[in-house]
Amino acid sequence: MYEHDVIVVGAGGAGLRAAIAAQEEGADVAIVSKLHPVRSHTGAAEGGINAALREGDSWEDHAYDTMKGSDYLGDAPAIETLCKDSPKEVIQLEHWGMAFSREDDGRVSQRPFGGLSFPRTTYAGAETGHQLLHTMYEQLVKRGITVYDEWYVSDLAVTDEERPEDRTCHGVVAYDIQSGELSGFRAKEGVILATGGLGQVFEHTTNAVANTGDGVAMAYRAGVPIEDMEFIQFHPTSLPSTGVLISEGVRGEGGILYNAEGERFMYEYGYASNDGELASRDVVARAELNEVGEGRGIDDEYVHLDMRHLGEERITDRLENILHLAKDFEGVDGLEEPMPVKPGQHYAMGGIETDENGETCVGGLYAAGECACASVHGSNRLGGNALPELIVFGKRAGAHAAGKDLGTAEIETGQRGDYELGELDTPVQPGEVEPAGGEGDAVADGGVAAETGSGDGHDIVERAVVRERERVQSLMEKDDGVQHAEIRSDVQDSMTEHVNVFREEDGLKQALEDIAEARERYQDVFVKDPSRTFNTDLIQTLETRNILDLAEAITLGALARDEFRGAHWRAEHQERRDEEWLKHTMLSWNDGTPELWYKPVLLEGEDKEYEPKIRSY
Amino acid sequence: MSTQVPETETETEAETDVEHSEPLAPAQEERMRKKAEARADREERARREAAERADDDEDTYHLKVFRFDPEVEGKQEPRFDDFHVPYEKGMTVLDALIYARDTFDSSLTFRHSCRQAICGSDALFINGRQRLGCKTQLSDLDQPVRVEPLPHADVEKDLVVDMDHFYDQMEAVEPYFDADELPDGELEEQRQTRENREKVKMSTRCIWCGACMSSCNIAAGNNEYLGPAAINKAYRFAMDEREGEDRKQHRLNILEQENGVWRCQTQFSCTEVCPKDIPLTEHIQELKREAVKNNLKFW
Ligand SMILES: Cc1cc2nc3c(=O)[nH]c(=O)nc-3n(C[C@H](O)[C@H](O)[C@H](O)COP(=O)(O)OP(=O)(O)OC[C@H]3O[C@@H](n4cnc5c(N)ncnc54)[C@H](O)[C@@H]3O)c2cc1C
Ligand code: SF4
Ligand code: FES
Repeated sequence: MYEHDVIVVGAGGAGLRAAIAAQEEGADVAIVSKLHPVRSHTGAAEGGINAALREGDSWEDHAYDTMKGSDYLGDAPAIETLCKDSPKEVIQLEHWGMAFSREDDGRVSQRPFGGLSFPRTTYAGAETGHQLLHTMYEQLVKRGITVYDEWYVSDLAVTDEERPEDRTCHGVVAYDIQSGELSGFRAKEGVILATGGLGQVFEHTTNAVANTGDGVAMAYRAGVPIEDMEFIQFHPTSLPSTGVLISEGVRGEGGILYNAEGERFMYEYGYASNDGELASRDVVARAELNEVGEGRGIDDEYVHLDMRHLGEERITDRLENILHLAKDFEGVDGLEEPMPVKPGQHYAMGGIETDENGETCVGGLYAAGECACASVHGSNRLGGNALPELIVFGKRAGAHAAGKDLGTAEIETGQRGDYELGELDTPVQPGEVEPAGGEGDAVADGGVAAETGSGDGHDIVERAVVRERERVQSLMEKDDGVQHAEIRSDVQDSMTEHVNVFREEDGLKQALEDIAEARERYQDVFVKDPSRTFNTDLIQTLETRNILDLAEAITLGALARDEFRGAHWRAEHQERRDEEWLKHTMLSWNDGTPELWYKPVLLEGEDKEYEPKIRSY
Repeated sequence: MSTQVPETETETEAETDVEHSEPLAPAQEERMRKKAEARADREERARREAAERADDDEDTYHLKVFRFDPEVEGKQEPRFDDFHVPYEKGMTVLDALIYARDTFDSSLTFRHSCRQAICGSDALFINGRQRLGCKTQLSDLDQPVRVEPLPHADVEKDLVVDMDHFYDQMEAVEPYFDADELPDGELEEQRQTRENREKVKMSTRCIWCGACMSSCNIAAGNNEYLGPAAINKAYRFAMDEREGEDRKQHRLNILEQENGVWRCQTQFSCTEVCPKDIPLTEHIQELKREAVKNNLKFW
């Protein structure tokens, strides 16, 4: 068993920042990550990092924009923390040598971004995430922080008290991908989940193959509530064959969207008569799919984004990287032909419920970054607000886990006092196929999360290891059955068909049925590759289990929320309904029978109350 | 083992019958045999169908993929497997590998994550050249497309190589920013001219894919040589005006050592294969010149 004060799971922007902060507080910290740190998907971010740095801007304005962008579903204490801390954290990156783009006077450049009232987005060319990730990894090397890379964390070691609020996390169980060794990692002070996005729940996504939402699923099964899962951001311009993102910059420079008939549909069909192609992400995404639905899509799948009229000079000058992306990943020459684009899953606003210090309701368990929900983004994330979230909340979680006093959090976590229970009419029983306690394969599919009993931390981790060993063994021992890839792709297809940009009640119910069926089939899943060396078949099979739980959670939330807010659009419910829905959708795993409940949104800021207004741009 | 041996390659259309000679751990061996039997049928059928489709349909691509697993019988001797993958416009080598794995053989193993040339996981040896699988269009390649692990690195399994040596070299050049002094205020940035940022820009684009190192003859013959990526990393800091003279001095000292810049024989292979178009050889040459200037100063 390995032992450290603080264990950070994941090495993207959030995980790296957390580890550095924990070490600065004097903790012995280690990172456990299924990818080498520089392979994390933070590296793919292009656009920038929002921070109110300059004269004429203020954290208050940034907070106001963020709250409005969230469609009044962000919690004020989290948003204000983000906006107050991000200037300091961005300058910290600069002090660590990050290669920001510069002004003539040598200061860090900022540019305008959608939904911002001030040009406050700092950036490093079109590769901001890459620069941020590498800069922080360099600091990790400098500090000699231990990294267990290519170790897949498969479960948390959490005690099994009745109420999750009384449980404690003592560490994690991880599988060394290279050697096949399964081992416990005991964390004396705390475990921080920083496992990133969950785009692989969908068939078409801008996220990496490794973004399978493992941390969210593990925390969920350990009893931590997950929040606002239905809010998924879809980006309107991703390449059809891979999901690679074509940045908003193309439309910003004057790129035009056409349907199969060559019509400029954003105007001609009145989707956005003022802003046209530059309307907000959700509006453009819906317009595109509507065109395809009406039979005006190309190959029944996508629309065209044309920039040829901008001329070769302007394109190569300002949008050179787009030419490369289109060529390398779609085989299309943007100077000669229009580029095919369609909406792709891009970002999960929801995630593991935390407070503004990154703490969950389970003692010693933290979450930060895209896997967490504090909630900063509410029902819709503004471009450039995810990267500051990584460094602000990554740092706070790391410091807090290492014992720093950050004051009492305003946001409460877990089920406390009188909370509102939700009711939902579902076509099938969600959750575990055979709930905990029943016979069968529950162990094999990792469903039984909280059976570790009590005892000292060491015992708890040891028992979690034994349980995971059984699970892996039973997957490896089966000689025949279903392969995870079939199950995964069926669920991804169903999610992209029914729980995508457009959500209709029947479709959502269909998705729940598909997921329930997939859960049944997962009982017979087996790992074909018998090897212990680099068995990606096994790793992906474990990930697929997580995809099932998250797909279901997203769909349950989407079905429950019968209103249209931010990124969540419901065919039958075309209005934002503040009287009823200024609250977060919460799901608790409840040992295999998910429980839906609600928690009010916090609009009360430090010295002002945010008034819900119509979100129009 | 290393990929330098696969001259002994054997071609198999479908997986050959597994022989059982040397037992591993008994349980593991038993498990492996059963699995081999259970899958043989299904797999052969899928492949036969695909091969038939390939005969009468032009829209498939033929891949020959290197296979090796130190643990699994029948894979301990390196071999090449054939896969016929239905082609769609825009398909990359990585897409084809994913298809082959998910459809024909789930044990086919390769690293990948971002699918967009930014995570640096999938540098491979494709038709005799180091390339990123995700950034290489099938339509640009002659068939059959040969996919092998990076040369000059130890193969762990199939297309996965041990990257530790590469990481060690990267970390040997003190690859972190370390300014001589910082501004006082926590909200005050260091100034950097646009020209200086432009100067280091290309060098900061490295994604640690290892393609350059694998292509370099010198690095192949001498394990101690820092190699192009690490030297480029050092260049990134040595040329950054924010760091200060003392630090630069120290960096040049590291680079000048026996296994530093002077090993480079300007063969340009690294520059040719770098998927991020980093002018590696130029950067190394420039550092050589800096080093000379530096030495003159101390004469
Ligand atoms: C194409 C694209 C462009 C974007 N552009 C912007 C932008 O311009 N501005 C902005 O603010 N935001 C942007 N975003 C969003 C932002 O980049 C992400 O939300 C953010 O980078 C996520 O960082 P993270 O640290 O939470 O996770 P990641 O960087 O995804 O890292 C997750 C880490 O967790 C590890 N991990 C996961 N599961 C396990 C497990 N089971 N065991 C062990 N380790 C595990 C992985 O190895 C990895 O190291 C963009 C997103 C995408 C996809
Ligand atoms: S320099 Fe280029 S080829 Fe070498 S590791 Fe970096 S990106 Fe890869
Ligand atoms: S998959 Fe990330 S570089 Fe190719």
